[in-house]
Amino acid sequence: MSNIPSDLRYTKSHEWVRSGQNGSAEIGISEHAQSALGDLVFVEVPEVGRTVQAGDACAVVESVKAASDVYSPVNGKVTASNTALASQPELLNQDPYGAGWMFRVQTTSPLAGASLMSAAEYAKYLADEAK
Amino acid sequence: MGLKTVLHDTHILEGAKIVDFGGWEMPLHYGSQIEEHHAVRRAAGMFDVSHMGVVDLTGDRAREFLQSLLANDVGRLKFPGKALYSCMLLHTGGVIDDLIVYHLSDTWFRMVVNAGTRDKDLAWIRAHAGPFAVSVVERRDLAMIAIQGPEAREKTSAILPPGQRSAALELRPFFGAEFDAWFIARTGYTGEDGFEVMLPAVDAAAAWNGLRAQGVKPAGLGARDTLRLEAGMNLYGNDMDEDHHPLESGLAWTVAFEPASRDFVGRQALEELRRADGCELVGLLLEERGVLRSHQKIVPAGEVTSGTFSPTLNRSIALARVPKSAAASVQVEIRGKLHTASIVKPPFVRHGKSLIPV
Repeated sequence: MSNIPSDLRYTKSHEWVRSGQNGSAEIGISEHAQSALGDLVFVEVPEVGRTVQAGDACAVVESVKAASDVYSPVNGKVTASNTALASQPELLNQDPYGAGWMFRVQTTSPLAGASLMSAAEYAKYLADEAK
Repeated sequence: MGLKTVLHDTHILEGAKIVDFGGWEMPLHYGSQIEEHHAVRRAAGMFDVSHMGVVDLTGDRAREFLQSLLANDVGRLKFPGKALYSCMLLHTGGVIDDLIVYHLSDTWFRMVVNAGTRDKDLAWIRAHAGPFAVSVVERRDLAMIAIQGPEAREKTSAILPPGQRSAALELRPFFGAEFDAWFIARTGYTGEDGFEVMLPAVDAAAAWNGLRAQGVKPAGLGARDTLRLEAGMNLYGNDMDEDHHPLESGLAWTVAFEPASRDFVGRQALEELRRADGCELVGLLLEERGVLRSHQKIVPAGEVTSGTFSPTLNRSIALARVPKSAAASVQVEIRGKLHTASIVKPPFVRHGKSLIPV
């Protein structure tokens, strides 16, 4: 069973969101997502200052096997992106919830309004998807 | 449920991620395909290739049959044990499959064919074998393990009975020999030295575990693909198929037009195609970030047939079919954007070393 930290929230497209102070949100991809993709070899993160809408494709993770879009789970403006991933894409495989974070967004609408899942809901979603 | 090799349970115990490959449930990787790739380039890795088809052809006219069936000439096989790589063609020149044929004796040849094509291959072979009175027997009783890498031969010989070790180590490249019920050949699909071992299915798990104990790292289809592409070796279904002939697939070297008197299936079509302008298969090195993948379009003309990220070069490489007049560099459309790639001559990597300037 893959690691699903209980303090994060998740999307159906396998991003996670960590709520910070004053409407800031940190975003990455789940343990399940990195495992399904396999060894990552290129990561493109969004530019700081870019405005994103929930559901926008704003980053790309590319493994030996395939390229996949990463979607912003929230509305807002990108305040930081993890530039270490350009030279060390394997951080996403090794530590998807920590050193492998992808970008941070200053949200413009409450996270409560976004269609995010709790850890328990995401675990059930993965279990249903595997059936 | 797909077909399973006799080593399937062993792969599950090793934590393999299993995928469907031509109807077979095969390991894609056992954790990290890049680590498996490096293990083969630097030490030794092993692949379960028991899904491939082993076909024994026996009869007084077996050689004559293969000289008519295959585009390469088994007349080149002068010594028992020697292997030959060849395509088997349609009358149009399209490729039915690529294969290795071993000359075991003058009345016994062994072919190894691709898993995804084995049924149509067997039907084709049987349909053409009749007039030559050649017996065609599929050896489903055999498993096959490929052990590849600079330490592969030494580590494999360590699991053989002491009396057979030196004979196995003395096998020359592209030769094979029988060691009791095992057939060991110094061949492979990675660009490294190593063995391919065909053995009774009942022996396979013990052999695998013995190799594991010698430090040979299990490797899956993911690493097999990056290794073969770095080595500039074609994959059937990607780089050639029934709609593409060997001359536009980088395989002209496997077509024996001499002697002119040898009439093999597809010869007439190829004689005309070799005089046409047409396309060729080239290597590509991506000059920018990103990963080349099969079916990406090339500007001004052409298509990527196999692409990947090369763990050895840390760059993306590909095989591509382009018009023979193509310039030294081309543009490849990746996810809607054009990226520059140089045309290079494969192989990209052999025996652990890069062969192209990066």
